[in-house]
Amino acid sequence: MKKKKKGSFVSERTSGNRQKSSPGGGQEIRLEKLDDYRWLIPRTGGMRVPGMIYSSEKMLRHISLDQSPKQVANVAHLPGIVKYSLAMPDMHWGYGFPIGGVAAFDAEEGIISPGGVGYDINCGCRLVSTALQVNDVKGHMGGLVDALFNQIPTGVGSRGKIRLSVADEKKVCLEGAKWAVKNGLGAAEDIEHTEEGGMLAGADPSAVSERAYERGRDQLGTLGSGNHFLEVGLVDRVFDSSMATAFGLHEGQVTVLIHSGSRGFGYQVCDDFLYKLTRHVKSLSLDLPDRQLACAYLNSSEGEAYFSAMACAANYAWANRQALMHLSREVFEGYLGMAPRDLQMRLVYDVAHNIAKKEEHLVDGVKRTLCVHRKGATRAFPAGHDEVPHAYRSVGQPILIPGDMGRSSYVMAGTERAMEETFGSCCHGAGRLLSRHAAVKKAKGRAIYREMEDKGIIVRAHGRSTLAEEMPEAYKDISDVIDVVENAGIAKKVVRLRPLGLIKG
Amino acid sequence: MRYNLFDHTADLGMEFFGGSGEELFLSAATGLFDVITDLEKVKAVEKVSVSAEGIDGEDLLVNWLRELLYFHQVKGMLLKKFVITRMEATSIEGYAKGEFFDEKRHVIKKEIKAVTYHDVAIEEKDGQWMARVVFDL
Repeated sequence: MKKKKKGSFVSERTSGNRQKSSPGGGQEIRLEKLDDYRWLIPRTGGMRVPGMIYSSEKMLRHISLDQSPKQVANVAHLPGIVKYSLAMPDMHWGYGFPIGGVAAFDAEEGIISPGGVGYDINCGCRLVSTALQVNDVKGHMGGLVDALFNQIPTGVGSRGKIRLSVADEKKVCLEGAKWAVKNGLGAAEDIEHTEEGGMLAGADPSAVSERAYERGRDQLGTLGSGNHFLEVGLVDRVFDSSMATAFGLHEGQVTVLIHSGSRGFGYQVCDDFLYKLTRHVKSLSLDLPDRQLACAYLNSSEGEAYFSAMACAANYAWANRQALMHLSREVFEGYLGMAPRDLQMRLVYDVAHNIAKKEEHLVDGVKRTLCVHRKGATRAFPAGHDEVPHAYRSVGQPILIPGDMGRSSYVMAGTERAMEETFGSCCHGAGRLLSRHAAVKKAKGRAIYREMEDKGIIVRAHGRSTLAEEMPEAYKDISDVIDVVENAGIAKKVVRLRPLGLIKG
Repeated sequence: MRYNLFDHTADLGMEFFGGSGEELFLSAATGLFDVITDLEKVKAVEKVSVSAEGIDGEDLLVNWLRELLYFHQVKGMLLKKFVITRMEATSIEGYAKGEFFDEKRHVIKKEIKAVTYHDVAIEEKDGQWMARVVFDL
C-alpha cells in the first residue's frame, strides 16, 4: 500500500492531509535543552510560536518515540497562539493535540479547537477527605470495595439510577454541580471546592445535539470504563505539613479519589463539532498539518457554538463527579454504619483536566483574555489568585494527579511560576507507556487482580481486559512526572496518596 | 469480512479490505461490530436505515462508521448484516440488521467510544481497496 491511486473515494484534498500527518514520517523534531526540565522546540516552518516540553532526559526517551513532540509543533501552527505550545511531562500521543498539552489562544484573534480539549470533555479528578484513619478501614476493605462496586455503576455503557428528562439535562448543562447539589446530591460547601464552582459560564443547551442528550440521559452518576476509577486510599506521606493542613489532609487519613468525566454526552459533543469544524475549517484557508486540529475562531459563530456546547459538557461532568461523590458517601455511611458527621467526607477539590477556558493572564506585562486549552493537563493557580477557594488562598490551588492503580497519586499546589510560564497549568497523571493492546499481551497468563491483592490493593472491575489494559506497567512511573513539575517549579508537592482499594469500569 | 487490527498508543487501529469501494465499506461495518461483540450470537431480526455523507472518501467512511456506532451506543443495538443500496463518492445509503443487546445472550468484547479522523486513509491498488481507521476506546 505504498502508492496511492486516485479513485472515487480518494480525493486530492485528503492526500495533502495524510502526507503531513503520516505516522513515523515527516520532519524530525529537534529539541533544544534549556535546563534539566525544559526542552524547546524552535520555531520552524509554519509554527507561529516555539514549543516547550517539560520533561527530563529519562522521560524523553519514551516520548520521542510516539510523535507527541511533533504534535506540540503542530499545535504551534494554529492562529492566535500565545507564547508557546506547551506539553507536560506526562505527555503522550493524542488526537490532534497531544495529551498533556497546554495552549492558550488570544480571545479576539485566536481559535478554539475540540482536539485541544479531547473527547471526554472535563474529564477530571475529585478528592474527598474523611475523618477515618487507615486502621478504621483495615479488615473492611474487601466489603467496602464490593459495596462501592455494587452501588456505583461502572463499565461499558453503564447506566445509572438517575434518569434525566431532556429538560433536566438542559438544567445540568447550565448549572453543573450546582444542579446536583440542588437535587440532594451533595452539600453547598462542595461547590466552593470545585474548579469554577462546578459551573462553567457560557453554556448554551441549544448548541448541543439531540444525540448528545440521548447519550447523556441515563449516564449521570456513572463512572464509565477505561482509565476511570474510584479509589479508596490513604495519605501515606506528607511533604509540606502546613499546606497539607490547609487542604485538610494528614498522614494516615483515608481518602476517596474519583476520576471520571462527561461520559457519552461529552463524547457526542466532541464528535459533533469535529464533524462541523472539519467542514468549517476549509473556509478559513488555514494550512493545518493535521485534520484533527479542526478549529474555529473563538469570536466566530462556529467557535462560540463549540465553546457553549463544550461548557454544557463540562457542567455535565461536574454534576457527574458530584453525583459519584454523593453515591460513595452513601456507601461509606451504609457499609461502615457511620453518620455523616462522624465520617466527615469533605470535598478537598475537584479539578478538570480536559477543558478550554477563557482566563485572564499577563503576557509580557499586559493583561489579556486567553482561551486556555488544557488537554490532559490540570489548572494550577497560585496562592493569592481570586479563583482559588478562600480556604486555600494562602497556599494555592490543589492539583490532583493520579498515578496508576498500583502506585501512588499526588496532591500538589499551584505556583506563581506556573502562572508565568504555563498559563497556570500542570500535569494530570502518569501518562500511558504501553498501548492497551501491548498491555493485554504482557498480562497474558497473569492474574493482575491477584497481583494487586498481594500488594494490599483490592480491585473490582468488569472483565479481565480492563485490568490488563490498566495494569501498573502500562503507565509511566508517576514519581518521575512529579519530580519534573516540582523541580521545574510549576507545582509544589503537598501529600502522596497510596491506594487501598478501587473500582474500575 | 476482511480486517486486521494494528497497535496504537491508547486506542485501536483497524485496517479494512475489499474488492470494491462498497465491499470496503461493508468490511468496515462488519469489522467494527466483530470487534464489539461475538457476531455468531447476534440475530439479524431488527432493521435500521443508515445513511452518511462526507466531504471526501475518508470523511464518508468515518461518518458511515459513526452512524453505525450510534445505533450501538445510543439505541443499544448489535448489528451484523449490512446492505448498501446506493453509494456515490461523497454519500452512502443502506440498511443494517441485527438486534437489541441482551445481556443474557450477548457479550461486549470492547467498548468503542468514537471513530476518529486520525490518519484515516483509503487506498486502492489494482482493484484492491484498503482503509485504515483509528477508534477511540
